[in-house]
Amino acid sequence: MALLQISEPGQTAAPHEHRLAVGIDLGTTNSLVATVRSSMAETLPDEQKRHLLPSVVHYSADAAPLVGDEAQAKASQDPLNTIASVKRFMGRGLADVKSVGSRLPYDFIEEEGMPRIRTVVGALSPVQVSADILRSLRSRAESSLGGELTGVVITVPAYFDDAQRQATKDAARLAGLNVLRLLNEPTAAAVAYGLDKAAEGVYAIYDLGGGTFDISILRLQRGVFEVMSTAGDSALGGDDMDRLVAQWIMQQADIAEDAEHKHIRQLVSMARAAKETLTQQDTAPLSLQFDNGQQWQGQLTRTQFNTLIEPLIQKTLMPCRRALRDAGIASDAIHEVVMIGGSTRVPRVREKVAEFFQRQPHVDIDPDKVVAIGAAIQADVLAGNKPDSDMLLLDVTPLSLGLETMGGLTEKVIPRNTTIPVAKAQEFTTFKDGQTAMAIHVVQGERELVTDCRSLARFELRGIPPMVAGAARIRVTFQVDADGLLSVAAQEQTTGVYSEITVKPSYGLADNDIESMLREAMENAGDDATKRALREQQVEADRVVNALKAALKADGQQLLKRSEFDTVNLRLNNLLNIMRGTDPQAIKIAIDELEQTTRDFAARRMDKAIQMAMQGKALDEFDTETEH
Amino acid sequence: MAVTLTESAAKHIQKALSSRGKGVGLRLGVRTSGCSGMAYILEYADEIDEHDQVFESQGLQVIVDDKSLVYIDGTELDFAREGLNEGFKFNNPNVENECGCGESFTV
Repeated sequence: MALLQISEPGQTAAPHEHRLAVGIDLGTTNSLVATVRSSMAETLPDEQKRHLLPSVVHYSADAAPLVGDEAQAKASQDPLNTIASVKRFMGRGLADVKSVGSRLPYDFIEEEGMPRIRTVVGALSPVQVSADILRSLRSRAESSLGGELTGVVITVPAYFDDAQRQATKDAARLAGLNVLRLLNEPTAAAVAYGLDKAAEGVYAIYDLGGGTFDISILRLQRGVFEVMSTAGDSALGGDDMDRLVAQWIMQQADIAEDAEHKHIRQLVSMARAAKETLTQQDTAPLSLQFDNGQQWQGQLTRTQFNTLIEPLIQKTLMPCRRALRDAGIASDAIHEVVMIGGSTRVPRVREKVAEFFQRQPHVDIDPDKVVAIGAAIQADVLAGNKPDSDMLLLDVTPLSLGLETMGGLTEKVIPRNTTIPVAKAQEFTTFKDGQTAMAIHVVQGERELVTDCRSLARFELRGIPPMVAGAARIRVTFQVDADGLLSVAAQEQTTGVYSEITVKPSYGLADNDIESMLREAMENAGDDATKRALREQQVEADRVVNALKAALKADGQQLLKRSEFDTVNLRLNNLLNIMRGTDPQAIKIAIDELEQTTRDFAARRMDKAIQMAMQGKALDEFDTETEH
Repeated sequence: MAVTLTESAAKHIQKALSSRGKGVGLRLGVRTSGCSGMAYILEYADEIDEHDQVFESQGLQVIVDDKSLVYIDGTELDFAREGLNEGFKFNNPNVENECGCGESFTV
């Protein structure tokens, strides 16, 4: 028999019509699933009352994959088939995966352009491994809620690019989940604290997990959370605290640096226990039993612990400063600070963050669960369980989307922080006479030059009728759906030839690229502007040179005197030399000079063209033509 | 007769009400729909109107409208766990048939 939940007044759903929806925090270290029941958002535990599911999957030849703690237990005996931290590989190319995974034991191979991990059950993509984690959460959710899920909201880091978002969506589809929306993790945390109910404000979301640190500055404006900036350190977290404490214990207890691996692991877990004790107590007792029967007793005080981890906390404040600078705001412009991640339980972390932002951070909701809870609240609304909800949370594009124009320049079609879904169109034209095809190169990023941006996709529009340069009208439409996924279409307006692409990303991103792309864009703004000016002049010079060469070939000998012809050629060669240089101003001057020199030539060509057109026609024919 | 709560139901409702931050009690009722004729209503109550009966159980107000009371008088509301699933269950002495799912019933 079905078990019932309490509804809001007047909102009891008809039998069998309540839509089950959950929020999933698919984390690097741990994953969670949460739902809204009886108007309360809560994470769902497994049979052993464990809420956190370690994001670890173990594969064996003769059994179904194990997920979570059971998989983690296999890590030391079967490391090659126990896959952890797979989120770091989502949507990445093989080269990136190798650099990120160099400290991990997995055997990476490349198949169909995608990195895969070799296991006993065959080569698995990061998407497939993530799907196994999601499947485990799905079955937990369905047995907890007593029915099939209508939809899920999955959270992703704010800096995830299209490739990484698409990979996350693919994993969900593979796990049989209907994704209502991908939601940025910091936005989810803000939703959990109900900050979206405020009219506007600027929020800092400080996320210190087991192995990663992220800071995001969000601005809420007219119900839209806009990511102003993100920064972080992909190799900094609570695990580093444990290692420091373990090293300290080794010094205190006189344990050699080259202790056995087994002992080091024991020390690290003892260090972690001490860290956890110190969130509540002022001292943590330590005791070690050596193989020779000897014992060591000691203790770690909170003050000692604070001194040990001080450098780590300082390391998180640097990205905070950077994020504020990128957002162009001072720390006192922050209205609220939200803490995410288990390591924000450490009292010293809270103190330093409060000091830095000059306000007390929100810590009431369990920092491990806050992201999943926010996702659950959003999922409940999107599934349609709150008919009178005014919460229509919109998301924005994290980076600008555009395409490559002549000279390797970026033309932005959809600027960053545009609310999605969105569709925008822009018209482009051909560059050369008789051009019948156009290559469209879709890029993502803030920089002026294509080489500094992320390449997302390339496709071609063919069958453009031959016309003079600049006559064709090609309309390129960019469309981003509610999940931040992009499709691009190109259509020639006179003939209607059409071509489109859904961005199937070309997994080529180096580690931390997206995070640093915004920063680089700001740091290089001046430099980029110069480069852009140079490229623009070079493209213009190219156009002039092409047109003039064609004209000279057609009737240069006929219309120009020998001396005139030589002058034009001299100036042309001058421009050809200068355009290879780096001074946009000099190129501009050379173009102007050349155009002046050829003005007479152009006029004579025009006259000749008119004469040719008039030849052999009677006067009345002109009359009829002018009437049209 | 009355409509009552078990201790575990009361504990859970208390927690839900305080996390919700408002509400005078819990409204129980029925309406016609579902595969076997009638369906239960289980909602937070923000107000009590003139057609309501108010019962006091385990320190909480249980609110039932006149029309519904005929069908659910004597009901004990329980909070049950079945494996990972958890939720409220109407132990209604008036019920003759339930649809397999328990969301609707006939009297």
